[in-house]
Parts: sequence; C-alpha cells; structure tokens
Amino acid sequence: MKRTLAVGILIIVCFILQCTVFQALSLASVSPNLLLIITSSLGFMRGEREGLLVGFFSGLLTDIFFGSLFGVYALLYMFLGYGSGLFHRVFYDEDIKLPMIWIALSELVYGLSVYFFMFLMRSKFEFPFYFTHIILPELIYTVVLTIVIYRPIRSFNRFLERLSGELPFEYQAPAAGTGKEGE
Amino acid sequence: MKKRKFFSIPTKYILGILSVLCIGMMFASYTTGFAGEPLSRLSGYVFVPFEKGINGIGGWIREKSESLEDLAAAQEQNLKLQAQIDELILENNRLMQNQYRLEELEEMYELDQNYAQFNKVAANIIAKDSGNWFHSFVIDKGQRDGIEVDMNVIAGSGLVGIVTKTGDNWAQVRSIIDDMNSVSAQVLSTSDLCFVKGDLQLMSEGLIRVEQLKDPENQAAMGEKIVTSHVSDRYHEGILIGYLNEVTLDSNNLTKSGTMTPAVDFEHLRTVLVITDVKQVMEE
Repeated sequence: MKRTLAVGILIIVCFILQCTVFQALSLASVSPNLLLIITSSLGFMRGEREGLLVGFFSGLLTDIFFGSLFGVYALLYMFLGYGSGLFHRVFYDEDIKLPMIWIALSELVYGLSVYFFMFLMRSKFEFPFYFTHIILPELIYTVVLTIVIYRPIRSFNRFLERLSGELPFEYQAPAAGTGKEGE
Repeated sequence: MKKRKFFSIPTKYILGILSVLCIGMMFASYTTGFAGEPLSRLSGYVFVPFEKGINGIGGWIREKSESLEDLAAAQEQNLKLQAQIDELILENNRLMQNQYRLEELEEMYELDQNYAQFNKVAANIIAKDSGNWFHSFVIDKGQRDGIEVDMNVIAGSGLVGIVTKTGDNWAQVRSIIDDMNSVSAQVLSTSDLCFVKGDLQLMSEGLIRVEQLKDPENQAAMGEKIVTSHVSDRYHEGILIGYLNEVTLDSNNLTKSGTMTPAVDFEHLRTVLVITDVKQVMEE
C-alpha cells in the first residue's frame, strides 16, 4: 500500500515537473519526456505489471489535461511500460546502457505513433521534417536526461524495495541475479 | 517471489482489460465528446495548486533576472515608443474620423451595435502541453469562474485560442498555432474569407498557415490584418489574429494560401483573457 502511494506521488510529481519546469527548459521548443523515462525505468525495475500501470496513469494524466482524444496517451504509455517490463528479468540496475537504449527505442515508438495517429491520419506527409525536428531532438534530449536522473530513480526503486521488505539492507545483492523473480 | 498479494490477475489480462478500456474511452470521446469529466474534476484539485505554486516561483525568478537587463532596454525602447506614440496619435485621429463616419452610416442603416464590449476574465497559464507535438496549455480558471468550452481566449493584441476542456478550477486552451486548430478568418480590409490553420512545421518560425483565401482582385498584400470572420460558429467576429505574410496562388487558380504572423507572442505568453460570452449560434 505504501509502495503504491509512493509510486503515485512519483507520477504526480513528475507530471507536474513535466508540464511546468521542463517546458521552461525546452531547447528549440523541444522538451524531454520525463513521463516516458519513469514509465520505462519503473517497468525495468519493477516488472511488466507496474510498468504498465505506471504507464497507464501517466498517460491518463496527459489525456486529462492535454489530450484531444481521450485515452490515446494512456494506451501508448501503457504499452511502452509493459514493453520495458518484459526486460525486467534480464535487467541489472547497475547497468545504464540497457535502459538508455530501451528508452531511446521507446521514444522512437512514441514519436512514430504520435506522428502516425495524429499527423499522418490528417494527411500530413512531411515525415522527414517531423522526424528531424521533433522525434529525434526529443529522443536525444530524453536520453541525455535519462543519464542525469537514472541514479535518483534507482535509489527510489531501492527505497520501494525497502518499503515492501524485499530488501533488508542498502545493497541489493540477494535480490539480484536470481533470475526467477517476476510475478 | 510472492510480493503482489492483493490481486493476482495475470499481467496480460490487466493489459488486455486496460487496452479495451482505453479504446472504449477513445470511442466515447470521439462519438460523445466524453473527456473524463469526473477525473478532470478530481485531478484539478491535486495538480492546480502545485502548478500555480511552481508557476509563481518561476515568474518570480524570471522577474528578478530580467529586471536588470530590462532597464537599459527600457530606456532605449522609451525613445522608440515616444516616436510611435506620435505616429499613433496621427493614426488615431484618422480612425476617429472613420469612426464618426461609421456611426453615421450605422444610424442610417439602423444597424444595431451587434458586438458590444465582451465580458472577459483574466487567467494565468499554469502548465503547458507535456509533449512536443501540440500546443495547448492549462489556465487557472475553470467552471467555477464561469469558463465554458468554446470560449475564445485572447491576450493583449490578439487571438490566442479556444477553450477545449474544463475542470472545476482549470481549463485547457488549444492555441491557434496548434496543428489541429483551424479558424475561419477574413482579411480586414477586403473581407475576403480564408482559413487560418496552425502548423507544426511553421510553429518554430512563429508563423501560421493561411488557406483557401479567396482573393479574386489580388488585393491581399503583405501586412494585411487578418481577423476572425463573421461565418465562424465559435469565434467572435473581428478579433485580430495576425498579419498576412505572403500568399501564393493555389494550383486550382481560384484560392490562395500562404503564411501569416500571429499578433500574439506565444513563446512568452503568461496571462490571457477569456471572453466569457460564447458566440451565439442561431438555434431556431
């Protein structure tokens, strides 16, 4: 219960940051996608179920405040969270390469889906423009941000693990590498 | 590991159920305009206070950092503005003359003054679209302050956008430079109708697209004022949108399209005015 609450607060804080501070930090009117980072990272660290729930709620918030068609972002983020959750088993949280690659891929999927469903469907065919001006800059910016905030997220995850009593001490050696964790 | 005790539905089913839920919501929103009203209401109370707070802090920092560099610029600007005032006084006189003439003519035609002063409510922008694809924002006034969907939003000199969603204490505004937005407009001097559409490709240059401009006499010149048109069912007539840049003849040889510069600076928008009169559509 405490864990659910902690994750909920994290999502709320990230959403608020995303639509206030991060919009002010935008470079060339492109800002990084913090919600995607936490969806993917929590997916990695906590498995499919939490990945998809975190994604669903992050997307839902986006839908409530900024969506035009209700439910699109919820669906998109949910699948991305679920997708990262599939890597939970092979994931080792000291290693930042896998999350970076996967977050970059998620960004790509996210960008392409938004383009496909909300722009191509309205016969906006200039894909190269959208790719070089929106999708790619956002991807790079998000990956750079991932490097910065990956450690805080990891400590947050360890905090969660301590909350639920999975991890008695600071270091996670007993929990890692068993390969059988999951649902 | 037996950690999740309280529910043990397989994850795939949750994924399935939530997917169906999302798709259902999309359909509902497409067909009935459902926009998660209870959720909007609830989340308004959670987010708006924080967003207001952060916005306040941001504004304070910005003020502090800008006030110094502003001083030099302000003095320089003062001179320019003085010159501009002189110019405007001249222009104003000319316009006053026109105004008198208009009043006379209106009396003659017994026209009612069909647009009186609009009622307006000022609001702060407290959050911007979290993605990079669209350009909508959230303001800190909502249903409780009398904001409704389809109200026009203006800022200083011109049209900003339209209210597309409301909560108790917040409202979503889609700006005219948003890729999905389209406004029926007209050239002020000639009353030629056109459509003004936001375009993501032009957004970074600070421009918006003008389409289907019917201009048989080739009068549309650069710098012409574009205002909202009388045929629009959601926008009040005569609100300044911006200034025409350049138009070229479409391949159909009938209409023109091109770009225009909006009158509002969307990058630095902090506060807006919401016109609380919804344009009346004839419902006979």
